[in-house]
Amino acid sequence: MYKTKDGKEIFILDGHTHFWDGSPENQANIHGKQFIECFYAYHTNLSPPDQLWEKSRFEKYSEDDIYRDLFIDGPDDMAVIQSTYLRDFYKNGFSSIERSTEMASRHPERFIVNGAFDPRDGEKALEYIHYMKENFNIQGVKMYTAEWNGESQGWALNDPAAYKCFELCDKLGIRNIHVHKGPTIIPLSKDAFDVHDVDHAATDFQNLNWIVEHCGLPRLDDFCWIATQETNVYGGLAVALPFIFSRPRYFGEVIAELLWWIGEDKILFGSDYAIWTPAWLVERFWNYQIPEDISSERGGIQLTDEIKEKILGLNAAKLYNIDPVAKLKELNAAPIQIAAE
Amino acid sequence: MVLEIQQSELVSAVWGTLEDVTDPELDEPITDMGFVERVEVADARKVEVDFRLPTYWCSPNFAFLMAFGIKQEIARLPWVREITVTLRDHCFGEQINAGLNSDRAFSEIFAEHCGGENLEAVQLKFQEKAFIRRQETVLLALQHRGYSPGQIVSMTLKEFDQVEFQGGEESRQKPRYRSLLIERNLAREPGDPVFPTWQGERIPPDNLRKHLGDLRSVRINMEFNGALCRGLKSTRYKEVEISADGPTLVDFIHDRVPPDPSASTGR
Repeated sequence: MYKTKDGKEIFILDGHTHFWDGSPENQANIHGKQFIECFYAYHTNLSPPDQLWEKSRFEKYSEDDIYRDLFIDGPDDMAVIQSTYLRDFYKNGFSSIERSTEMASRHPERFIVNGAFDPRDGEKALEYIHYMKENFNIQGVKMYTAEWNGESQGWALNDPAAYKCFELCDKLGIRNIHVHKGPTIIPLSKDAFDVHDVDHAATDFQNLNWIVEHCGLPRLDDFCWIATQETNVYGGLAVALPFIFSRPRYFGEVIAELLWWIGEDKILFGSDYAIWTPAWLVERFWNYQIPEDISSERGGIQLTDEIKEKILGLNAAKLYNIDPVAKLKELNAAPIQIAAE
Repeated sequence: MVLEIQQSELVSAVWGTLEDVTDPELDEPITDMGFVERVEVADARKVEVDFRLPTYWCSPNFAFLMAFGIKQEIARLPWVREITVTLRDHCFGEQINAGLNSDRAFSEIFAEHCGGENLEAVQLKFQEKAFIRRQETVLLALQHRGYSPGQIVSMTLKEFDQVEFQGGEESRQKPRYRSLLIERNLAREPGDPVFPTWQGERIPPDNLRKHLGDLRSVRINMEFNGALCRGLKSTRYKEVEISADGPTLVDFIHDRVPPDPSASTGR
């Protein structure tokens, strides 16, 4: 919970976090090494200097670390943990549902662990979705359309094989489909950039919520266009938000575009932990105002306290069927358990 | 000694031509971005260039566009007979380098490695982005100076040439905007309007604000990449160490060499 200067309690649901193992022991090859190094470069470049971590801790952090960074030092009330396998790069997967669930089982009231699947696995992908539903009762998944799989270096949400998987998700009530559409960590000539497949999938699966992580940046205009047309498309702020420190004017331009096009009800906070920690992000976001000249170009749009509260937790709470008031009460009644370190 | 002087002149000439190669996504010279790592000239005819991008994962089509640009610009130097361009530390490095240093047509290599994409179409797309970014900078500067929408949209090439900016990004972008305008045949005569759209259409004064909004959204995307690239590059190059033989020209260009007060010779 974030407490404002006048004592108001703000519910924080961090929509995009990870519990990964990018350590050398888990790296399968040079790609695995370069992948975590690229993440670390994001961390070192967009974090305030006093928030920098050592590389070894960044590669693999402990269960105590994540709990402390999100909930003790950080203001998060709850966090969505995403699974990302990158099976061609990491021996046991980069952040597996099993490992994340085991970590989360210490504090189940605070975590939502999402699964992941790869439609290119065909029948096996369908079996795996059943497995995740039965064993972990997942409510959402993270899709990484640029993931390598053998010869293939990417797929699209509207591929026929993907549609079979989404039909099953719909049937099983796995409603929140987080899609990585953002900076090209893994290069593809066009698909990794392109957000148009979201348009098709969102139209064809109206029951599912499509949360586009990183707001499709660097394709913000395409994303805004699609998200404006489709009522079930949302924008996740991960990676866009850290610019609030290094380039606050630029962040103002991005958030003004998002508010103008897709509106305050469809923007979700995500720290992208452990690339960044929520404490400084939320603090700066709460105290941020869009510069006057940028706001006036977009009809005087501004980040009010009400809008910030929606972005920081209320919007995501709706997607995950959480009652923020009841949740805050529950968490306040059971004080944070500080692990012995 | 004479040979050495000539050698360094040739290397400088190569560096000079590389200033005309831009990162297609950022519209910034690759030399300003610090992507070029090594330039060597052998026998006054063979040129070798190594370059490295901000991350191992930078999109291969950008890598190709830059590599082709490097080859093309260097080939303009009359004395050059052989060019070898090497992309370092990239996930597709091997394939890219093999394609680059073969005798095959750029368009063919590009299509093979970039999902069948048409090289010319991709180049044109990025040229449009560059145009948009340069135009926005100049338009905003004129607006800031108090020019009315009517004055701006009816401004001719001749009037444009008479405008003088005092430094800042607009001073840098003004000649760059002009050269692209001429190159694309969007304005030719002194009386031609200087602010058409990329499609060559005139902007009605009432539409200037909307037009600027469109330009802004393109620039927001470009800046996202630019900010990340600059940041990632600075981290990646931190690991570069100056070799035992002392700093090279590249080290000086990249500001890797701290000023040495005892040094008497300028480089």
